[in-house]
Amino acid sequence: MRTQISQHTFRRLLALPQPLRLRTFSILNRPPPNYPGHVPLTLVERGALALGSAFGSLRNPHRHDLIAALGEATAKPYFISRLRKAMLANPTGRRILHDKPRITSQTMSLEKLRQLPENTVGRAYAAWLDREGVTPDTRDQVRYIDDPEEAYAMQRYRETHDFTHAITGLPVIIEGELAVKAFEFANTLLPMTALSLVAVVRLKAAERKRFFETYLLWAVGNGLKAEEVVNVYWEEELETDIEVLRARLGIEIPPDLRETRKLLRDKEKAERAARDAKDRLGAVMGV
Amino acid sequence: MAGLLPRATKRLRLSPTSGIICRDCRRAVTSSIRHSQQQQPAPSQHVSQSEKTTHFGFETVAEELKASRVRTVFSSVAASYDTMNDLMSLGIHRLWKDHFVRSLNPGIRPTSYSQSAAGQTILDIAGGTGDIALRLLDHATTINRDNGTSVIISDINPEMLAEGRKRFATSPYYASTATSPNRRVSFLEANAEDLSAIESNSIDLYTVAFGIRNFTHKEVALKEAFRVLKPGGVFACLEFTPRLSNPIMNGIYKRWSFGAIPLIGQVVAADRESYQYLVESIERFPSQPEFASMIEEAGFIVPGKERGDGGELQGGWEDLSLGIAAIHKGVKPV
Repeated sequence: MRTQISQHTFRRLLALPQPLRLRTFSILNRPPPNYPGHVPLTLVERGALALGSAFGSLRNPHRHDLIAALGEATAKPYFISRLRKAMLANPTGRRILHDKPRITSQTMSLEKLRQLPENTVGRAYAAWLDREGVTPDTRDQVRYIDDPEEAYAMQRYRETHDFTHAITGLPVIIEGELAVKAFEFANTLLPMTALSLVAVVRLKAAERKRFFETYLLWAVGNGLKAEEVVNVYWEEELETDIEVLRARLGIEIPPDLRETRKLLRDKEKAERAARDAKDRLGAVMGV
Repeated sequence: MAGLLPRATKRLRLSPTSGIICRDCRRAVTSSIRHSQQQQPAPSQHVSQSEKTTHFGFETVAEELKASRVRTVFSSVAASYDTMNDLMSLGIHRLWKDHFVRSLNPGIRPTSYSQSAAGQTILDIAGGTGDIALRLLDHATTINRDNGTSVIISDINPEMLAEGRKRFATSPYYASTATSPNRRVSFLEANAEDLSAIESNSIDLYTVAFGIRNFTHKEVALKEAFRVLKPGGVFACLEFTPRLSNPIMNGIYKRWSFGAIPLIGQVVAADRESYQYLVESIERFPSQPEFASMIEEAGFIVPGKERGDGGELQGGWEDLSLGIAAIHKGVKPV
């Protein structure tokens, strides 16, 4: 009952214009994978994956694999192609697409980065990783994007996300992540970055106020103004001075989020201590 | 913001699509991805000296490796096993398991005032999380008022057994009480093809639910079942079938299996591959007549069977839910 589509027929089908191609395979007749780990999805599956991963990652923001899946499911038809073309339009981007470097804990040796001079990109990256307590662990592999180069562009975006954190100084807490995602939306136009901003509902009131007043404006302004961050060949920029890189890209750093929160927390603690002392004094004095 | 607009509009510029990638670029990305994946060498690419291979879903692997691959799959699904079962079968697996246990009617109804505490000895194979074992004990205790029946839960995977222990910790069967002085459930980590820890002719009822399709050598497992059962003992197997008889329902069922189930695995359990293996292993399982013949060949008497037109067995099993699952039974001759 299963019809076998031959390789030849399938290649001719691939040559069809995009909208027709989307309708040419079914769940039981998947085409062969285009790269290791590739899972071709039908339109219905992609829609279901987008919905499921959107709600799943909203419920549990620690499920980074769902955020990754949401990115892949919503990147076609236009957005990941635009990102790849933006890479092709830039000489460094073209080199990245040609070399296809990968960032993993093996390729980025933290010990060497920590020994770099103080103001370099690599040192800032290592310092940020240490401050936040994270590692350049292997990010989830891209699986649901059909074109291998676009899949690489998505993989590169995912692996350089930590570098974006490092040069903007934003932490890994939800507030920081949302600010980085807003910046990435203005910079890369991937729909997943905009969709993840729905997680604003998970912020506390004070955090939300801070986000809308300061960080959102910073993110959108800087994201639009800056060069495409995906076109930065990070492996070659490790020894560049970080201020020079920021100036070249056109990025200003936002107010330090961890410092702001720490100051507010200390202020609240001091106020609470003063209030308790006053109450205790009042109780002693019988007032 | 006016100065930002030109760069922003550049980002949105629509250009004609040309999805053509030269073969070199495509090869380059596949080699870069393969290079980064070299930390996890796929065992299926390395076949050891003995040329014997078997199927692992749609993959072909060396026979010695299948058991460890299966163990890995079930280690990763153990924690979310029950939730995933509910989602994949829309809760119907509970009906199947209830019917399976009820049709076996475990437990001996006491008929005299002097109650013998012996009860039946049941062996539940691949029963790690204990859902069948709990039903067996509940049925024996509550419906047949048999406080002596005990179940040995056996599984190849320690994580699944740990889930079983968790389930039984809150049940009355874990501890020894006045009415049942012997503990009524015990856990055994063993491969169903090698039950040397269990004496021959010692088991009254051998059950295996949704486990036998993962065994490397089903015939060996059937022979072991034959050995450990007492004469007159019952072998009962609840398992998925590779296809439904109705072609339209089969089409819908297969699309659910291969489309929705790995997707649910990805979203709920963060593990598409294990659930892809599960649905592929269902495809590879022998059909009901073939499996009933295998049970006969192991020496069991298959109740209700007839020889059909093509010489194959008919009627020696019970189809559930239009044939999605089937119950096979065999009796060891006295």
